[in-house]
Amino acid sequence: MNSNIAANIRTQRLASLIPMLSQMIPDHAILSEPEQLKAYECDAFTTMRQMPLLTVLPDTIEQVQHVMRCCHALDIPVVARGAGTGLTAGSMPVENGVLLGMNKFDKIHDIDLHNRSAWIDPGVRNQAVSDATAPYNLYFAPDPSSQLACSVGGNVAENAGGVHCLKYGLTVHNILELDVITIEGERITIGGQALDAAGYDLLALMTGSEGLLGIIVGIRVKLLAKPASARVLLAAFATIEDAGNAIAEIIGAGIIPAGLEMIDQKGIQAIEALMHAGYPVNAAAVVICELDGSVKEVEDELNSVLTILHRLNASDIQISTNEAESKRIWAARKAAFPALACLAPDNYVMDGTIPRRALAQVWTKINLLADEYQLLVVNVFHAGDGNMHPSILFDSSDEDQHKRATELGTRILELCVQVGGTISGEHGIGLEKINQMCLQFTNNEISQFHALKSAFDSKALLNPGKQIPTLARCTEFHSMHIHNGEMPFPHLERF
Amino acid sequence: MLSVQPPAITARTLAEQISAAYEQKSSLIITGGNSKAFYGRHTKGFELSIAGYSGILNYEPSELVITARAGTPLKEIEELLAEHGQMLGFEPPSFSDTATLGGTIACGISGPRRPYAGAVRDFVLGATIINGKGDILKFGGQVMKNVAGYDVSRLMTGALGTLGVLLDISLKVIPKPAVEETRILPYDHQQMSTLLSTLGRQPIPLSATYLHKNLLYVRFSGAKAGVVSAAENIGGDVLRQADLFWHQLKEQRLPYFNQDRSLWRVSLPPNAPCVPDLIVDTESVTEWGGAQRWVYPKDTNALQQWASDNGGHASYFRNRPDANNCQVSSNDTNGSSFSPLSPALLTLSKRIKHSFDPHNILNPGRLYADL
Ligand SMILES: Cc1cc2nc3c(=O)[nH]c(=O)nc-3n(C[C@H](O)[C@H](O)[C@H](O)COP(=O)(O)OP(=O)(O)OC[C@H]3O[C@@H](n4cnc5c(N)ncnc54)[C@H](O)[C@@H]3O)c2cc1C
Ligand SMILES: Cc1cc2nc3c(=O)[nH]c(=O)nc-3n(C[C@H](O)[C@H](O)[C@H](O)COP(=O)(O)OP(=O)(O)OC[C@H]3O[C@@H](n4cnc5c(N)ncnc54)[C@H](O)[C@@H]3O)c2cc1C
Repeated sequence: MNSNIAANIRTQRLASLIPMLSQMIPDHAILSEPEQLKAYECDAFTTMRQMPLLTVLPDTIEQVQHVMRCCHALDIPVVARGAGTGLTAGSMPVENGVLLGMNKFDKIHDIDLHNRSAWIDPGVRNQAVSDATAPYNLYFAPDPSSQLACSVGGNVAENAGGVHCLKYGLTVHNILELDVITIEGERITIGGQALDAAGYDLLALMTGSEGLLGIIVGIRVKLLAKPASARVLLAAFATIEDAGNAIAEIIGAGIIPAGLEMIDQKGIQAIEALMHAGYPVNAAAVVICELDGSVKEVEDELNSVLTILHRLNASDIQISTNEAESKRIWAARKAAFPALACLAPDNYVMDGTIPRRALAQVWTKINLLADEYQLLVVNVFHAGDGNMHPSILFDSSDEDQHKRATELGTRILELCVQVGGTISGEHGIGLEKINQMCLQFTNNEISQFHALKSAFDSKALLNPGKQIPTLARCTEFHSMHIHNGEMPFPHLERF
Repeated sequence: MLSVQPPAITARTLAEQISAAYEQKSSLIITGGNSKAFYGRHTKGFELSIAGYSGILNYEPSELVITARAGTPLKEIEELLAEHGQMLGFEPPSFSDTATLGGTIACGISGPRRPYAGAVRDFVLGATIINGKGDILKFGGQVMKNVAGYDVSRLMTGALGTLGVLLDISLKVIPKPAVEETRILPYDHQQMSTLLSTLGRQPIPLSATYLHKNLLYVRFSGAKAGVVSAAENIGGDVLRQADLFWHQLKEQRLPYFNQDRSLWRVSLPPNAPCVPDLIVDTESVTEWGGAQRWVYPKDTNALQQWASDNGGHASYFRNRPDANNCQVSSNDTNGSSFSPLSPALLTLSKRIKHSFDPHNILNPGRLYADL
């Protein structure tokens, strides 16, 4: 936007909004100084930044309602922020809009042992729920790698998942009830303490809606009993096909591992260089498999998995015998991203999901594409659920490399959609992937998304411009996309 | 791979019929297998039969995913899965051999395994639908993890066809448990609550519970080691022919369900108390570790109020007094089948319905008078 016009809008909005907000919100909870606002410019996707008009940090539900009513009355956009660990610029502020920080909502109100659930604030950290319920042998299953930092409100908004979601589901499978404030400031309860609620399943709809449909102010999470035992095994393969087949056969045998991951050779080598975890550096791929359940069950399953692994010529099999060894195997896997940072200045992490049967095929194709674009691509997969994280390594100071990396990323996501998959398995769309929505959805589908959004937010004030592209944007993207050799979306800063 | 027969009717012809109805603003009654005609409210309109839109499109056991057309008989799907040692985790009731996959998803009714394995919607991965304008739209996919766009396919579950006609549906499937065992204990409601609350905090392979006339049935499913030790731990008598029992419960063929009165379903937090004798007969059936009750109420208003006071809801399931003769032509009653929504939720739900079906032609009024 023309900077003069933007500055005028800013002045006008501040003049009308601040006095109105101040009727209910203490001054210290309204941040307006540039140095205070700076901290809210971006989420963990740090290269897209935007200063908000104001950051408001409410600590009661009534205050959230008041913020919404003010913004609705004055037509000012609102973006919710949890812990800001999102990877797709989902909670990046909107120009001249309010950033609503939810981190003061950090209480666990009630742990209901009989119904195995807890009523918590949206700003509670994911790990804090499991820590608080551990004394009762319970835990909250969704385990994004960011769980030490990310908020459960953010998990709901992104439908976050982690290594264990193959067996225990995503956030959508592990919540029972939400309290939501609409853009009009109305409070609605969605779901309930029972296992279902009357009417449409709005709980599923709110999950993964990236702050575009309402502000989450309360969450009833489901708690699960901790498994009695868990063991992790790691196996090396000489070919990608054998590794892919091992994944398929383990699941085909009726075993649902608690985690099933796969790393390619370049990934293994990078991890080993950083972590010295004893990963077999000459293998084409390693598979990591965690089994959990009763001691006897885990033993039985371990034997079945070993039979499959041996038949598929696995070597260097390591099996954890205690928690420390399990942790060592997982720690190395979880250090994949820092390890890649040692290989190149920039890492464009993709997040596509494919049907497992296409794994070897897609992997081979990605390697061909990497050659075509002369870039290094490293693959770390949540193989059990087909969620791939190909990392495109490059140097953004080299303009040509930057451009090739961007194009390659789009080609990889296109490939995921072609084989029946999707452009995001867990990180969401935000602003970062908004153009690629046009690869997966037709104009009619995108129009339906907009219609649904306006059922909740007719003035399009909640996190506008994120998650669902405009049709004009798709048209532009498609035409840019067809013209070979042209920069697909120059207006987007990346990485 | 499967060889897929072309369907007797195509997505395109269905879409054309819906477009035409949209133009003329004429209502459609979506029918699958007519197995659940008793469920929900009456609605009037032209019949749009999906039964001919049938066939399994994709199934590979190692993917744990099946994709089928909405008109595919549930039976066909379950039989194919069983051949490969797999099943639908939510154990859907079919109520008749004619039940279709579309009707199953649209009704969103889950069976005995629900609290332990998940509900219908937890297994829906993707769906192709036709909205009320006749647009064919695809949401979700065939993969477990997908966060691109709003989760419209899960929104379709339990919407009773009021938001869209389901065409193709992808579902997550689960391995059939290696071993099952059911134990019977002489427990009352309170004892059941205490037992299940304790078991729930342990990693025990519970897979179904049933309480009726102070007999508690507890089913364990899974690997042999876990099932045997769990069953031995809680003791009680072994139930013979357990498969048949759970099947009859799921399909509501136990004598309890065969009464000529209005049957209600009550959904509650698992440890909610017994429904008071003043409101229902004391003999009610309790499933889902306490979270689902089947009752014959003496006072339906009092029942709904009580359910809501206890954090749940209550709905007519079978034999609505004004629905004894199920005819399309029967007048659209104002009586609701389901617990009333809060005013804010009702307004929002109406706007959602409008966003999919602007002329209100898909099963109008089947869920609520306004939806
Ligand atoms: C190192 C690292 C590893 C990660 N690993 C994983 C992983 O394994 N799996 C995974 O799924 N994700 C992962 N993520 C991504 C991220 O942590 C998750 O998406 C997380 O759920 C975001 O939570 P947050 O509280 O940080 O949300 P934010 O980043 O603050 O916000 C995310 C979105 O949620 C919305 N939002 C936040 N709070 C609310 C609310 N109360 N009401 C309405 N909308 C709200 C925001 O508007 C925004 O659209 C990772 C991130 C990092 C940095
Ligand atoms: C001759 C006749 C008489 C009828 N009389 C009555 C009556 O008196 N009272 C009454 O309430 N209804 C009546 N109906 C309506 C009809 O029974 C229901 O609308 C319809 O039966 C529900 O589907 P079902 O039982 O065939 O399929 P099921 O497969 O059991 O479907 C149950 C529900 O799912 C919906 N559904 C099924 N397939 C799809 C799909 N692919 N996409 C979206 N939604 C779907 C249905 O509309 C229904 O809401 C009658 C229908 C006929 C043909």
